[in-house]
Amino acid sequence: MRISKAWIVAAKDMRVFLRKRYAIYSLVLFPLIVSIGLPLVLRLVGARLSSTQLPIRMNAFSFFYLIGAATLPILLASYSLVGEKIEKSLEPLLATPITDSELLLGKSIAAFIPPVAALYISSIVFMVLANLVTHNTLGYLYFPNWTIGLILLLLTPLCAILSIEWSVIVSSRASDPRAAQMQGLFIALPLLAIYVTSEVGAISLDTKTLLIISAIILAADIILFFLSTKIFQREEILTKWT
Amino acid sequence: MEGLTFQVEDGEVFGFLGPNGAGKTTTIRMLCCLISKTSGEAKIADYQIGKAADSLQIRKIIGLVPDNVGFYEDLSAFENLDFYGKLYECPEGRRRENIERFLKMLGIWEKKDARAGSLSKGMKQKLALARALVHEPKILFMDEPTANLDPESAKTVRDFILELKKQGRTIFLNTHNLDEAQRVCDRIGILKTKLLSIGNPEQLRESLTGPKTEIRLAQINEALVSELRKRIPNKIEVADNKLIIDVADPDKENPTIIAAIGSAGGLIQEVTQIVPTLEDVYLQIVKETK
Repeated sequence: MRISKAWIVAAKDMRVFLRKRYAIYSLVLFPLIVSIGLPLVLRLVGARLSSTQLPIRMNAFSFFYLIGAATLPILLASYSLVGEKIEKSLEPLLATPITDSELLLGKSIAAFIPPVAALYISSIVFMVLANLVTHNTLGYLYFPNWTIGLILLLLTPLCAILSIEWSVIVSSRASDPRAAQMQGLFIALPLLAIYVTSEVGAISLDTKTLLIISAIILAADIILFFLSTKIFQREEILTKWT
Repeated sequence: MEGLTFQVEDGEVFGFLGPNGAGKTTTIRMLCCLISKTSGEAKIADYQIGKAADSLQIRKIIGLVPDNVGFYEDLSAFENLDFYGKLYECPEGRRRENIERFLKMLGIWEKKDARAGSLSKGMKQKLALARALVHEPKILFMDEPTANLDPESAKTVRDFILELKKQGRTIFLNTHNLDEAQRVCDRIGILKTKLLSIGNPEQLRESLTGPKTEIRLAQINEALVSELRKRIPNKIEVADNKLIIDVADPDKENPTIIAAIGSAGGLIQEVTQIVPTLEDVYLQIVKETK
């Protein structure tokens, strides 16, 4: 596999995303809301929470980055894949000397880098603002810590990969990017369930729990990798996708 | 597809004629290594189709103008071509030079910065031609490149194909435009899930029937026709006030026929030599397979 070929596809896809208004909104809006909105919530409710309750809430809020990592790549990946169907550009693309795996890797890079970069930038803003609004209550800077470190550096990439692989599977059947996106967003439901469970206090999002979640997502990543690469075959794409 | 055996020579323009669903696009897709064949053998420039290692090599030396041209609508014409040039590993300098040269040849250089989505159908078709050539392939596959184009754009595309022919490129052209096939192709294959006939336009015309002589008379009646049938052995058809007579050698037989009509009492107004057109050949061959 030649990474340079994959990168050509990725660069082209990212250039296309930059010209799609909805892609820009998706990449900016969610990280903006999380990075500014959640510290604002902490500021509003923080005074009513004890110094033991506040970290639980802050860890739970960090989990929003996982929901972002599971949803944002879907918005781009589904356009990248279904968009090729709509624009009928698959045939000339597949006629070039690029392998299926190079093409899939290129599309995955394009759907991975912008959302993950946006979430990382947003997380820095979130940590700074959250520290500012909670410092008086806690008496120390809560972020960065192991929880958000694991969420950002381990779980976010794993979730983004899962989301892209899932997009490949749903995009193969969809004829409209929005339909693919709607189906793709189901992948975020288990993560939302974990968030809600942590909010009601049924589980604690500590290092151990996060490592267990990471292992489960890694296993799902491996399974979906085989499924998505099986689906992403030249002949399959040309005869069944178009 | 079945019974598909043919060879295209270096520098030849080979056309595939056939009705919708005849397998023209499927053949091109197989030859461009986009779909696999179930049986048989095919080679392009000594590379074996169906052999994984050769597929990449084949795709490097061919260019494809597909039925659906398919561009990235939000990218400019130039960006689209540049992307494909990069995939074909065409060095930057040569890539830019080729893009400029082909867009200028096709008369759309001034549209290089326009969004591909904003281009007319004719311009997109021209852009697809430029895209297929950006890496200067030896072999070019074109799937109905003038379908649905206005006459002016279709002519530009045809002239461009003729220009490529002069440059010695091997061109494989799918079309159901008989006039286009006749003007552009060195040889034509008539296809309807299997190869029905193959040859140059002249050979195909001759393969159908020999020439016919059409004679318009002032008046035709039963007695005249039966008298003529006694005097000449040729097959005679009657249509309005015309006699259509099969002839093997017009120069030798026409004077005899004309003399026979005169002596049978017919008054000749016009004599015309009819040679079957490619359309006649095509319709006849396709009809025979129904």
